[in-house]
This record gives sequence, C-alpha cells and structure tokens, in this order.
Amino acid sequence: MSELTLTVMRLGFLAVLWLFVIVAVQVIRSDLFGTRVTQRGARRDAARPQQTATRQGQAPPQQRQQSGGRGRRGAPTKLVVTEGTLTGTTVALQGQTITLGRAHDSTIVLDDDYASSRHARIYPDQNGQWIVEDLGSTNGTYLDRARLTTPTPIGPGAPIRIGKTVIELRK
Amino acid sequence: MSSTTNPSTHHTSTIGAIGAPSRRNTELALLVFAVLIPVFAYANVGLAINDEVPAGLLSYGFGLGLLAGVGHLVVRKFAPYADPLLLPLATLLNGLGLVAIWRLDQSGRLQSSKLFVEAAPRQLMYSALGVALFVAVLVFLRDHRVLQRYTYISMAGALVLLLLPLVPGLGHDNFGAKIWIKIPGLGTLQPGEFAKIVLAVFFAGYLMVKRDALALASRRFMGLYLPRGRDLGPIIVVWIISILILVFETDLGTSLLFFGMFVIMLYVATERTSWIVFGLLMSAAGAVGVASFESHVQQRVQAWLDPMHEYELSRQGIFGHTEQSMQALWAFGSGGTLGSGWGQGHSDLIGFAANSDFILATFGEELGLAGLMALLLLYALIVERGVRTALAARDPFGKLLAIGLSGAFALQVFVVAGGVMSLIPLTGMTMPFLAYGGSSVIANWALIGILLRISDTARRPAPAAPASPDAEMTQVVRP
Repeated sequence: MSELTLTVMRLGFLAVLWLFVIVAVQVIRSDLFGTRVTQRGARRDAARPQQTATRQGQAPPQQRQQSGGRGRRGAPTKLVVTEGTLTGTTVALQGQTITLGRAHDSTIVLDDDYASSRHARIYPDQNGQWIVEDLGSTNGTYLDRARLTTPTPIGPGAPIRIGKTVIELRK
Repeated sequence: MSSTTNPSTHHTSTIGAIGAPSRRNTELALLVFAVLIPVFAYANVGLAINDEVPAGLLSYGFGLGLLAGVGHLVVRKFAPYADPLLLPLATLLNGLGLVAIWRLDQSGRLQSSKLFVEAAPRQLMYSALGVALFVAVLVFLRDHRVLQRYTYISMAGALVLLLLPLVPGLGHDNFGAKIWIKIPGLGTLQPGEFAKIVLAVFFAGYLMVKRDALALASRRFMGLYLPRGRDLGPIIVVWIISILILVFETDLGTSLLFFGMFVIMLYVATERTSWIVFGLLMSAAGAVGVASFESHVQQRVQAWLDPMHEYELSRQGIFGHTEQSMQALWAFGSGGTLGSGWGQGHSDLIGFAANSDFILATFGEELGLAGLMALLLLYALIVERGVRTALAARDPFGKLLAIGLSGAFALQVFVVAGGVMSLIPLTGMTMPFLAYGGSSVIANWALIGILLRISDTARRPAPAAPASPDAEMTQVVRP
C-alpha cells in the first residue's frame, strides 16, 4: 500500500473521529437550552370561558391590546427574571396577561415559599401600558421597595419583587 | 438559560423544559456512524499490515452492527425517551477497542509469546454478552427505583464481590494485584467491576435517607462546615474498607475508585465542600500510610517516579520489574500529534497487557494526540450524559445513582489513563469498553443500561396534569 494512501487514510480517520465528536456535541446542544413557553391559554379558555372572562374582567379585548402594545415606541418587549430560582427565564410580551404564582397554570410558576398560588399578574391596559397588580397575595408584591396596593403602571427596568424572585420588563 | 417563545402566544402560557422528543432517530443515525468508524479503522489496519482489506471485514462489521442494532431496537421498545448519545458512544468505544485488540493480534512479536491467544474474537463474544446484559437490564429493570429496595442487600453483595478475590482457592493473583477470581472451566473474572455498580446502588439508597443528617447537623469553622463526630461514621467505614482493599488486594485503582465514588456521592447528596476536603485528606493519608509498608505498592510508586530505572532493571532480567511503563511512554512519544496511522506503530513492544491495561498506548501511538483527545472526549461525553441524566432525574435516588455511576466511570477513566501516561502510579484496572477483558466490557454495558433506564424516566414527558387541581382550591374571588 502506497505511503500516500496510508497518510490519507490516517488523516481521514482522525477527521472522521472528530466529526463524530462534533456531531455528538451538536446533539447535546439541542438538549442544553432548556425552556420554552408553551400555549395553554387557548385550551383553558375554551373549557372555562366564564371564569376566564371574570378573571380578566379589566383586560380589554385582545385585538386592541395587540395593536396598542405593538404601536407604542419604546414599549417593553420581554419580561426577564433577574433573581431567584428561575433567573434568566424570559417571556415575550405580546399583549397577553402574565400570571405569576405557585399554581401550575401560571405563566411563570414560582417555586418559592413566600409566593401565593395566584400572586400577581402583569397585563397591558388600553394604551399598551403594562400594569402590575397584586392578586391579594399573603406576602405582597413589591415595586422597588414599595408594597403594591393598587394596579400600578410599570416601565422597563423597574424591579418587581415576589418573595425571592425579581422580575423586570425589558425592551 | 434562554427561551424560545411562540410568536402566536395569546392568553396565558407556561414555561417548561423543552418537551424532549424521543430522539430515537438521532440515536440510530449516530449508531450507523459509530459502526462505520471502526469498520473504516479495521480496513485501515488490514491495508497497512497485510496490504489487503482484511477478510473478516464484512463479518466483523456485521457483528458490531448487529450488536448496535439489537441495542437500538431494545432501547426503542423499552426506553423510548432515553438519552440518544450513550448507546452510540459506548458502541463506538467498544468497536474501536475491538479494532485495536485485533490489530495487536496481528503483531508477530506478540504472537511469538507463549501467552498469546487470539483476543479479538473473544472480545467480540464478551461484547455480545455485555449487550445481552444491557438488554436484560432494560427489559427487566422497568423502573430504577426498584433498586432502592435492595439498599442493604447491595451493600452485602458488594462486600462479597470485593472480598471474593481474597478467598483462598478462588482468588487469582495476577501479577501483583489480587483482583481476579478464577471460576473453573470459565476463566477469570474481575468482581470489582461489578461491585462498582452494586456499590453505587447502596450508596445512593443510603445517602438518600441520611443526607439531611449529614448536611444539616454541622458547625461552621473557617468557611467549612464541620460535620459532627458521629456523622463521620459512614465515611470512615468506607475509608477503612478501601484501605483494606489496598492492603490485601494491593490494588490502588480499585481502592481509589470506591472511596472516590463515595466522596462524590456524599458531596452531591449534601452540597458540603468539606466532605471533599475530608475525602482528599483521608485518601492521601491512606495511600501514603499503606505505601510505607506494602512492598507491592512501593514498587509501583518507584516505577512511576522513575520509569527509566525500572526499564533498566527489567532489561537486566531482575524478576518483578517491568518495562511496560517506559514502553508506553515511548509509544505516546513516537505517536506525536497525528500518530503513525493504524497498524504502523510499535506499541506491541509493551508486550504483556498491551491489549488490556495499556491499550491506550496503542491509540496514543497510532492515532496520536489528536486521536487520543477525541477518545478522551468520547469518554467525557459519556460522563456528561450521565451527569445530565442526574440533573434531569426527578427522584433523589435516581439522581444519586446516576451521579455515582458516571462518577465511577470518570474516575476509572482517570485512574487508568493517568496510570498509563504515568501521571499517577499504575493500577490494575482497565479502560472501560476499549480494553480487552470480559468483566470490564460486560459490567460497563450494564452500567450504560442503568443510565439509559434512569434517563428514560427523567426525560419522559410528565403525564398530563389533571386540569390544575389548585385552581379549585384557591380562587381569587372578585366582586
């Protein structure tokens, strides 16, 4: 067997071996980036239309939220968890109501002893301004250092604290 | 962590782990790849040594492919959500090991030895047995939590396995280390390889129950949590047992493996760094203490500190000295960065145990640093998948078992590779999957089987929750 063939095979084998390693790492990549937001609202609405209507009594119709939310310049586009066990989680803001609490069907399920089942919600008003509202939680929701008593408008970057979790809106 | 968001989100939405698809087709594709690489290597060895494609190419490739195919079908049927990488990685390592063993079989220098046996066909048979055990684990162990019931039985079983080599008549002293047993008519067996798995079951079951006591009852001193005296009991018992292994079986590797595995699992169970500090101190003290009076260990340490001197003594024909370490180092050296190519090295100079303990030297010489690094990465990936399985597991027992098994696997790779490369004194353990040796291959296939079972449970999508039970319990009533 000629020297050349053997050299080509030698380098070829190393290349193939490394290719396998790289492919394996690519497979791992798809496992690493862990969370995604899944749809649950539509199904639940269909099942319990009245309850949803009462719960979202203050929220305006969907279409207006959408257009309002999109129209404002400088409006926040995502909600980011900056402290607590869920740090790094983001949720895109698209005019939907975001619920926070320990209940399994919350948008952000808080694993926190200081959080109530339905702790707070964040929703856009008619003008697309995002509002945070405490839902009668036991330990309260704090905007900066102040405990919330009424639905309060929030801007980008303002820290909202629930138990050990801090979230904020970002552009 | 980042997240992907659905642009058509309307009302509420939840954040969850990406609902893992089963990934079985990924596994199949990787398996085909993992079988083709050794076939390529096999053809390459034949072309380099005999100038022709070896006659056994088809049957060999078919054999390996059959093993991989059976493994894959069983995983598809019995563990559909299991990790897609573990099986291909193990198959590739096993296949490459077979090629290297076959390549060493072709060496005239080794064939002239009176101890020579055709090792490759046997290794293929052992691999088949290993895959059979792998299949048996997946078929019969439907839920790894069953093992939890056998916590203390496992302890007894592991002790028996560890002590077997010391039983007179059964034990088989093989070149210093007494870690084999001889079964008449069947050959020899290394019970330590199986004890590794059984002991991991015991440690997992034990630590799951006791971890709160071990983690919480402690004082803080200089940034370290000092455990109470009585909580030191278990670690001291395991330490004494591993020291006894070192003294009576004179095998540093086995001893290090078991103590290391316990310390890793203790750390994971309690999250206390102090256990690692204690573990390192205790193992260092133990090793130094034993080395001060045990001549076999002393000799291993001498050979490690000055392999060239050992080589010269061996050349002078002084009994009890071996040139293996030095030959292995030369093999690595002559391999260089890109290696000499399959079949063109001289790692057969290592002589005895070239295809078992020292098989890494063959890879080092013929594939070079580049190939060796790829090989070590394959091991690292197996360990990573094991740790990932532990992270994803939902039950504490599964977490601890997965971390224990992958920790033991990693330690074994380190101890063997470190020994062959003269980073630490040489021990009598074998490279998982690569090296010639029935016990090792069979036990490690079983280990992969258990890891796949845990990862199947961990990655299986949770059963659909009943329509939010707490929605009824705590409702927000608004006027």
